[in-house]
Amino acid sequence: MKVAVVVFPGSNADWDALHTVRDVLGVEARYVFHKEHELGAVDAVVIPGGFSYGDYLRAGAIARFSPIASAIASFADGGGPVLGICNGFQVLTELGLLPGALTRNAHLRFECRDVWLRVEGGGPFTHQLSQGSVLRLPIAHAEGRFVCDPDTLARIEAKEQVAFRYCSPDGSVLADPNVNPNGSLANIAGVYNEARNVLGLMPHPERAAEAVLGNEDGLALFECLRAHVEEAA
Amino acid sequence: MTDPRDTLPGAPIPFPDEPEVNRDAAREMGLSDAEWDKVIFFLGREPTYAELGVFSVMWSEHCSYKSSRVHLARLPTEGPQVVQGPGENAGAVDIGDGFCAVFKMESHNHPSYIEPYQGAATGVGGILRDVFTMGARPVASLNSLRFGRPDHEKTPHLLRGVVKGIGDYGNCIGVPTVGGEVQFDASYDGNILVNAFTVGIASSDELFFGTAEGVGNPVLYVGARTGRDGIHGATMASAEFDDASERKLPTVQVGDPFMEKLLLEACLEIFAADVLVGVQDMGAAGLTSSSVEMAARSGSGIELDLDAIPRRTRGLTPYEMLLSESQERMLMVARAGEEQRVLDICAKWDLEAAVIGRVTETGRFVCKATPGFDPLGDATRERASQPVVDIPIGALADEAPKYDRPQTQAAPPPREPAPRVDVDASEALRTLIGSPNLGSRQWIWRQYDHVVRDGTVFRPGEADAALVRVFCEREGEPTREKFLAVSVDCNGRHVLLDPYQGAAMAVAECARNVACTGARPLGTTDCLNFGSPEKPDTMWRFAQAIDGLAAACAALDVPIVSGNVSLYNETDGSPILPTPTVGVVGQLDDVAHRVGSAFIRRGDVVAHLGVPSRGALGGSEYWVWQTGYVGGEPVGIDLDAEAALQGLLQSLAREGLLASAHDVSDGGLAVCLAEKCIGKGLGCQVRLPGDGGVAPNARLFAEEPTRVVVSFARDRGEEIQLICEEHGVPFEVLGEVGGNELVIEGAIAVAVGELAERHHGALRDIVGD
Repeated sequence: MKVAVVVFPGSNADWDALHTVRDVLGVEARYVFHKEHELGAVDAVVIPGGFSYGDYLRAGAIARFSPIASAIASFADGGGPVLGICNGFQVLTELGLLPGALTRNAHLRFECRDVWLRVEGGGPFTHQLSQGSVLRLPIAHAEGRFVCDPDTLARIEAKEQVAFRYCSPDGSVLADPNVNPNGSLANIAGVYNEARNVLGLMPHPERAAEAVLGNEDGLALFECLRAHVEEAA
Repeated sequence: MTDPRDTLPGAPIPFPDEPEVNRDAAREMGLSDAEWDKVIFFLGREPTYAELGVFSVMWSEHCSYKSSRVHLARLPTEGPQVVQGPGENAGAVDIGDGFCAVFKMESHNHPSYIEPYQGAATGVGGILRDVFTMGARPVASLNSLRFGRPDHEKTPHLLRGVVKGIGDYGNCIGVPTVGGEVQFDASYDGNILVNAFTVGIASSDELFFGTAEGVGNPVLYVGARTGRDGIHGATMASAEFDDASERKLPTVQVGDPFMEKLLLEACLEIFAADVLVGVQDMGAAGLTSSSVEMAARSGSGIELDLDAIPRRTRGLTPYEMLLSESQERMLMVARAGEEQRVLDICAKWDLEAAVIGRVTETGRFVCKATPGFDPLGDATRERASQPVVDIPIGALADEAPKYDRPQTQAAPPPREPAPRVDVDASEALRTLIGSPNLGSRQWIWRQYDHVVRDGTVFRPGEADAALVRVFCEREGEPTREKFLAVSVDCNGRHVLLDPYQGAAMAVAECARNVACTGARPLGTTDCLNFGSPEKPDTMWRFAQAIDGLAAACAALDVPIVSGNVSLYNETDGSPILPTPTVGVVGQLDDVAHRVGSAFIRRGDVVAHLGVPSRGALGGSEYWVWQTGYVGGEPVGIDLDAEAALQGLLQSLAREGLLASAHDVSDGGLAVCLAEKCIGKGLGCQVRLPGDGGVAPNARLFAEEPTRVVVSFARDRGEEIQLICEEHGVPFEVLGEVGGNELVIEGAIAVAVGELAERHHGALRDIVGD
């Protein structure tokens, strides 16, 4: 499996993604700079966390106009698996590849801490996880509150596009701000596109994939991806 | 002293429309009459307005260290582990395999009081640049903060602003903020402290220095455009505060972390291209100090064409361009012929860059500009530049004023009335564990991205020091993982009681925190925050503190490799607590040997290692809580005992014997035990060590140093006791881990859940959310 990690000038979790995919998962991975127009021959794309172009305007808003954006869109349209983490999620919603939008956290502060996620819908990044199982992952964001209009919410719920919901350690989906850290609609922490090949999530699985960091829960998403790509081959 | 007038060329011509230059103008810029006379001596004439500005910032306390240089020379700066000592942008210690940890701490106190968000943000930006200028990739940041009384009207605003400023900058650039410390004390009501620390990783033979060598080599400007922000920031940082200080808002710089991220990546790529001779951040005193310091280090001269300076605002005068402290800018000297390579890499990162001058052999700082020329205005206007600055470099560097200011021994703080020791100890602990100074800092560190870069092994609150994994990369070699333990510490109250002992205690605590994780402390950076050096008792405290730092750094083998001095931290004549903050970097060879601070297992034995308590409450939080003032007898420190304890901690960790280790510091033994319980929600039952004749409260809350509480599996006790004997460190079993309460026999019984709730709510009560 070959994975492209897209690097915008303000990406800062590009190393985290590359390290986890290449050194922990053990597959081929390389950076693709935002000024390039092609992704090259890759099996999956990761759009990492950070502040794509500074994000003073709106997180991910300018990334839509970057040279690499159309290559990402074509790859996704062709069914290729795309994972957007944190800022990558924000970029994918701005690109129109994922529904909804990410707005300022309800408490208006940047927040970095562990959260618990209940696994909901399956897809290339989650198909080996049982529905209802709970993962612990760190978040680190100021704009992670998932919102969308009622019709969109009804549609993504009906099509089971929600991949993860914020929950308590025992798996209960509660409105409590200790559980839903940013006030996301329906506790949505991660969502697939309708074709289920593009996933965006605010928590960072690539920062929780090694025992030395005290948490390996996040590795599961990348193992699912590898299994998916190998099955497709 | 050489007479610089020997080489005087034609005098620069005053620039049109600039203010008149005279003794009064010099005073206005912070120069004394004697210093004005010295300017005239060096130039052999009156300066131009731009030159006066250059002298005033270069001779400011902030840039010249004129009151501190004579004392700083007494600090130990050498050791086999030292790769780079003081004098460069940051210091460095060896971490093996040809790699080094590059680190420094810097203050941004005055700007942060005037504008907490931008002041703190640009403080972080500045220290990051100091580290990556050395060719190191920053891997972790910490900070040491001081605020006034929690109920002071400005404290919530300042706390919120500073924390958000630090967070927004560090979070955006993607360097994890992994630790720090905060103290509230009335002495900081009108003068908060923001000390920012960053550590980075570099290949030891690929460090970059701030030198301008090679006559004819091009000088390049890289990064953000120049504006009017921060003019005279260095001068402001060298004066006391008064009611009018808040009108100095325009002297505060404005940060752009995205620009800094571009600058970081571009710089590291330029360094790797091997085209540079030297590089320096345009920090305090901006273009002036960076060019002068680079030329001074190499004994060369530098000539700048101010017409070529990238700018973001119209009508900038030479004075403004030379003194602007606009952020995110670098000055580079490239090898002749390689300038295009630098420009190309900058273009890749969409970063502005321009050739603005060249290295000369004259030993002079020369700037030229065309009157009326403005690239943002009528660019077609013909350029005919004239010299506006021509100053011998030595006058601005080595021959800058240097004072051995008078000292008088400060009167020790009172020792009466002493605190009551008959208050209920459980109640005392309930109060103290939730107090602003001893409460959890979670509200703060949750606003910092402390996990970016996949290296954070111990997150804030998990151990006595932050522990980060760093990736050491060199072309053609496999990536090596190494582990650094880092802490920043100081308790100004103990420094006030006895500046020598208190400063030594700061170093000891910082290194002890590193040793508690199992790591070996390697080196120290200091950030010396004091009041006005023109007051003899403050100067005495400063000199004493230097001697205390020196003794502790020598005894614990943690030489000073970098640092910063911040004087004039006082408002309306009232100085801050003397606050010599230190940061220590250590290395843990095997991450499997790491030791956290909290109890992790029921049934483990709890033991006290180190110097038994005398119950000396001087300078403690308990004392201040009970009496309302900072006083008492200094507790002092035995540095030989401290060195033995720190050696012991490393030995025990290496043998894998410890389940936890947490030092006894602010709040004393009771607070230490409470924190060990709160971590994972485990209680303990222990007896109170020490002399039974001393009041229990004194033994519970004394902040005497050189003590650590550890826990370990029951079957390891004998082995541990033996190793303690070998190291000559007293060992005393106190009890065991278990239950849901912290029980200290005959003194304290409080549910851990209640302690945790009070602990975690401490800062929320101040900030209101």
